[in-house]
Amino acid sequence: MKTLAADSKEKLEQGRVVNDFSIQVATVNGSGSQSSNSVLMRSIFQMGIPVSGKNLFPSNIAGLPTWFTIRVNKNGYVARKSDIEILVAMNPQTAIDDVKSLSTGAVCISPVELKLDAIRKDVLHYQVPFTELAAKASENLKLRKLLMNMLYVGVVAELLNIDHGQIENSISKQFEGKTKAIDLNLNAVKIGREWARENLKKEDPYFVEPMDKTQGKIIIDGNAACALGSLFAGVTVVTWYPITPSSSLCEQLIDYLKDYRIDKETGKASFAVIQAEDELAAIGMALGAGWAGARSMTSTSGPGISLMAEFTGYGYFTEIPTVIFDVQRVGPSTGMPTRTSQADLISAYTLSHGDTKHIVLLPGSIVECYEMAGEAFELAEQFQTPVFVLTDLDLGMNNWMSDPFEYPTKPISRGKVMTAADIEKAGKFERYRDVDGDGIPYRTLPGTDHPQAAYFTRGSGHNEKAGYTEKPEDYVNLMDRLEKKFQTARKFVPAPVVSVEKGAKIGIIAFGSSDFAVIESRDQLKAANIPTSYLRVRALPFTDDLRKFVETHDHVYVVEQNRDAQMRDLIRLELPELAMKIRSVKHYDGLPIDARFVTDAIMEQER
Amino acid sequence: MVTSTPPTNRIGLTMADYKGAPSTLCDGCGHDAITAQIIKAFYELGKEPHMVAKLSGIGCSSKTPAYFLNRSHGFNSVHGRMPSVATGVSVANHTLSLIGVSGDGDTASIGLGQFCHLVRRNVPMIYIIENNGVYGLTKGQFSATADLGSKLKSGVMNELPPIDLCGLAIELGCSFVGRSFAGDPKQLVALLKAAGSHKGTAVIDVISPCVTFNNHEGSTKAYKYAKEMETPLHELGYIPFFEQISVDYEPGTMQEVEMHDGSKIRLKKTERNYDPTNQTQAIMTIKEAHDKKEFLTGLLYVNENVEDFTTMMNVGDAPLATLPQEVIRPAKSVLDEIMAGLK
Repeated sequence: MKTLAADSKEKLEQGRVVNDFSIQVATVNGSGSQSSNSVLMRSIFQMGIPVSGKNLFPSNIAGLPTWFTIRVNKNGYVARKSDIEILVAMNPQTAIDDVKSLSTGAVCISPVELKLDAIRKDVLHYQVPFTELAAKASENLKLRKLLMNMLYVGVVAELLNIDHGQIENSISKQFEGKTKAIDLNLNAVKIGREWARENLKKEDPYFVEPMDKTQGKIIIDGNAACALGSLFAGVTVVTWYPITPSSSLCEQLIDYLKDYRIDKETGKASFAVIQAEDELAAIGMALGAGWAGARSMTSTSGPGISLMAEFTGYGYFTEIPTVIFDVQRVGPSTGMPTRTSQADLISAYTLSHGDTKHIVLLPGSIVECYEMAGEAFELAEQFQTPVFVLTDLDLGMNNWMSDPFEYPTKPISRGKVMTAADIEKAGKFERYRDVDGDGIPYRTLPGTDHPQAAYFTRGSGHNEKAGYTEKPEDYVNLMDRLEKKFQTARKFVPAPVVSVEKGAKIGIIAFGSSDFAVIESRDQLKAANIPTSYLRVRALPFTDDLRKFVETHDHVYVVEQNRDAQMRDLIRLELPELAMKIRSVKHYDGLPIDARFVTDAIMEQER
Repeated sequence: MVTSTPPTNRIGLTMADYKGAPSTLCDGCGHDAITAQIIKAFYELGKEPHMVAKLSGIGCSSKTPAYFLNRSHGFNSVHGRMPSVATGVSVANHTLSLIGVSGDGDTASIGLGQFCHLVRRNVPMIYIIENNGVYGLTKGQFSATADLGSKLKSGVMNELPPIDLCGLAIELGCSFVGRSFAGDPKQLVALLKAAGSHKGTAVIDVISPCVTFNNHEGSTKAYKYAKEMETPLHELGYIPFFEQISVDYEPGTMQEVEMHDGSKIRLKKTERNYDPTNQTQAIMTIKEAHDKKEFLTGLLYVNENVEDFTTMMNVGDAPLATLPQEVIRPAKSVLDEIMAGLK
């Protein structure tokens, strides 16, 4: 029934491995394993141990392989780790490949009938009669299939010594209020746990032990964080077209809006959500709403960004605020819709034909997803332009441990909007005149009761009075002011986070979700006697901090998740005289970047 | 010296207050005739210009919002996508009256999808198609509304069947559909006013000859052809809510439709005995007119009992656009509650 590999025995003798390993569960999508994986992850989290979960799933509804990885790490590292210590091989379709991919000495929990012990003798096998146990868990055949997942939760819990009280809490949370489901699932966990206690001899070194490192923390995905940021930013018009991996951003936002933005007395909503016919319409609606004065947004992913190009250029040229969330997935074209990437950077930054540039915010954590969503609405109205928030599938759809969010301290500011009284006082209103010298003009909203309030918005050439023009000097004047406005934005976008290590000759630059791997990699590099400084870019256009950082290091590595080193190229364009100092670490296989990859790539180039 | 004061409407504005910049279209363009009727209709209705938003796509027709209602905000958007912009404006500020001007290229080709979804949603607005069967700004290519067998100046014949935008709109559940002719100002202004009283999408397809590229012998969108062929379904009258007049008429000769705002459309029947509240009859009539090569004008279909999109959004009286922070930012206790649930 179980084999004991020599390597594991050695490990066991060396001692226990506590709170530092990864568990991978291989199942079939649509089988209901998501609930049990959440329960497993949350139970460990509630024991005070830092965890992160990653769902690697196919672009499919049911029947294809899916993997969920839970990383348990006492140091708080939450990036993906490519090595797996414990495999739960529930999917017969992939079991052979899954077990083959393990390192010597890893643990494999699997249904006994798969006979995986015959394939890898150097892996420690725990073979479980899941089908038999499922029959005990329910008489209903359909339920048995679902409960199979809770059985492995029980087995894993027993082997790792996960506190049963926390499993109970997690199940109650997962199936909130549904007593029957709670009882059924809890019973299945118990059956699995009891069977493991009576029949398995613990021979692996992996254990969890309670810590106090998750006190006060929350578990949430990045899409929900962006949704909450939008909710508290006071979004009023939300337009969207379903697309993986961004759909759950608007879906969760809709839930929050329904819960918290409908007046309890009047029953009236302080928002409108429109599911558009396509992304062309979604951005058109968002711009129409922004033009009329609403705080508007849309949310999409790569293919949607391509479709939004023309209108986004219109928004830039005619100066209309809106917020566009791009939860990046792998492109080009359909690409791999359920895999992660940072390859929309340049296309978002310069989206549309002609000379266009957009403010792009780059959240690198769950808290920043929340905060930058809010910041995006402020910047959009301050600068009267579409603002992008670029997250990715890894941030957006995976569950992350996070600090709780802070309530916004800054009041909502609607930017330079003139009322009828303002026009009266100023004596005139010209839509595109740079009155304040910052490149940002004043606007009026339709409905402003003043004979001079109206203006005509057009995507064709326009002068300071919004009149049609084809005069060369008018066009240059307009384009130069737009550029001036963009330069002003440098002083207002989120500045980079810089961590300077004393004596470090090399620097690392990264953005977005690469941060998790870079944090861990820097510790690995330090241990290998390569101290590094770190600058995490949080927005485009760049702020002045970038130059100083590059100047003060021998060379810098730009770590990113795309093939073409898009951030490296943007930095080289920004700092042409320093271009030779800028090197690249690129990861673009669709899986989230991991620390070991970064460390190896840098050590290779430092040799 | 005697200065005569120009007449004013019910809110004290003159016709000039509803005008726009001078037109830059070709002399005699049908679109300018439509512009004149839009100005007249809004003046006579006494609409407050600042509460109107003008929208358009791209093309000759889409330039025209610059030529009327100077005191209204205008949005000349991208090609074929005015409907989405209008939808966004409408939900952001439901107190505005929206008027959109598009063309046959802008609506029936590049913008067909957005047009369909605007109609399907019943976004409250007047949607005018200035239909001349050709692309004017790119110098005279056929559009998707050109009739089978219609000829370009060069003699090239259109070989693809036309898309009938009125038929399509009715099929999609549009709640107000009219067809008119730029050379029939009396009917057009009545239709425009009636559309202004409608709460929902009001589509008016106006045959508007292109004097430069499609006004020759052999064109079915030429002035001469349209003038000769126009067959009104009824004589159209409009009585605004603010000046109710009662007229005596023989029973059975007149149909009255009460609009959302209390205004009335009076339709003096012809021998056709056309009933614009009958959707099936409307669809059949359009189909038959195609087969017989008839050019029917008038109010094709009206239904005042369809909920419009903006009402469906269930927002309060104040526009979303100007709601204060207290309303749009939930309290700190809400964030605390959400955070507690995620721990």
